[in-house]
Order: sequence, then structure tokens, then C-alpha cells
Amino acid sequence: MNVGLEHYLVVSALLFALGLLGVITRRNLLVMYMSLELMLNSANLALVSFSRFNDNLNGQVMVFFIITVAAAEVAVGLALIVALYRKRQSAHVEDLTSMKL
Amino acid sequence: MAITDILFYVFAFLTLACGVLVVANPFSRNPVTSAMFLVLTIISMAGLFVLLHAFFLAAVQVLVYAGAVMVLFLFVIMLLDLKEEERRKVKKLGLIAGLISVGAIVAIFVRSLLATQPGKDLPMPTAIGDTAMLGKMLFTNYLLPFEIVSLLLLVAMVGVILLSKKDLK
Repeated sequence: MNVGLEHYLVVSALLFALGLLGVITRRNLLVMYMSLELMLNSANLALVSFSRFNDNLNGQVMVFFIITVAAAEVAVGLALIVALYRKRQSAHVEDLTSMKL
Repeated sequence: MAITDILFYVFAFLTLACGVLVVANPFSRNPVTSAMFLVLTIISMAGLFVLLHAFFLAAVQVLVYAGAVMVLFLFVIMLLDLKEEERRKVKKLGLIAGLISVGAIVAIFVRSLLATQPGKDLPMPTAIGDTAMLGKMLFTNYLLPFEIVSLLLLVAMVGVILLSKKDLK
């Protein structure tokens, strides 16, 4: 059986599920953030495979933008985590439940 | 079975296995280990991109994700002192809730894939995502989003500098 669109979509779906599992079960902010990256990457994989099998490059341009926005998002998110850690001395979500500093 | 099919299975297995080790590593709960396996996941995903003829994106994936983003992650992990994180246990309730919701999502994905079969009777693809083609699209059809993204990067940079100052006013 030739590898087709479904195979790539299955890999993408499983990777998305893994990322979601990480966000829900892990309680460390940094690991949750890495799981978010995993989910973004699985969306990228789905877009690239759709682009390949529909024979146009619009999906790949979309992925290019997603990678750029993800880089900006990681920078801002990590700066927020560092600022939070300075105030609270913890990067664990259960220590960060109150809104007031 | 063609060589590309075998390579697909190798890269898919590597991607998923390293993804599992990012989220639930049975040997170590250290964030540094997770970050290292995330690098491996991203690199094997670049292999999948090459199999999909997205050569430029594969290069960008390795350079931007495995290079810049993961270095940033490791920098922050080293900056914060996270030794006490290893001692905490995973909550049973959270694990059960997570498994149930993830199982539901996977069931939805599988059902919809089986019901629609999106890859059926598609013609043999010919488009190749090399740098010249993507660049042409980026500077004609997608010129405005391209400029907006550059502005977004500038805003993010200023924001990060402001956020990481010692005394926020």
C-alpha cells in the first residue's frame, strides 16, 4: 500500500493528541509550553501534506507564517514565564493559581 | 515497497516515539530531557517534510525550530532553577481526565478520517516546495501578510525586552 495523505494525517493526529495529553497532564509550565509546540508542529504537518496532495503551495506558505508566529509566541511566552518566576519563585501551575501578586 | 515509503515509516515512528518521550518520559521528568527529545521530534519531522517535497520548510524547521526556538527554551530552563519539579507526582485525576479527553479527540479524528477518506482518487502530486517557488508566492500573493508578520516580530521583540526588565513599571 502506497503512503498517501491518510498516513500523514494519522501521524499528525497522533502528534496533536500527544501534545494535548502533555498540556493536560504535565504541571510544569515549560513542559506544557513544549507540548503546545508539539501541537503546532502537528498542524504544520497536516498543512504540508494537504498542500502536497492537493498540488499547490498555499499550504506551505501558511506553514511558513505559522513557524514565524510560533517563534514570536515562544519568545513572548518564555519572557512571561521568566517574569512570573522572578515574582513567585516557581514555574509550577499549582503554585500560580491566584491572580494577585 | 518503495524507499520513500520505508523512509516515511521510519520518520513517522521516530517523530511519534520522541513525541511520547517529550510528554511522558518514564526515566526522567527533567525539562531538559523533554527539550532534547523535542529537538529530535522536530528534526524527524523535517525528514517528513522532505518526503513531502517541502525542502525549504524542512530547512526552516531545522534552522528556526531546532536552532533558535529550542536554544531559547534551553536558555530559560537553565535560567530557572527547576530541580524541585522532579519530585512532584502526577495527579491521578488529571491523568484520567487527560486520557479520556485525548481518547475522545483521537476517536473523532479516526472516525472522520475513515468516513471521508480524503486521499482517495487524488492525482499524483507534482508541486515542489523549493525556495524559488515559495519566494515567488511570498512576494506576490502573500506580500501583505509577509509585511504584517515582520511587524509582529518587531512588536514581539520590543515586548520581550520590556517584559524581561528587572523592575516593571
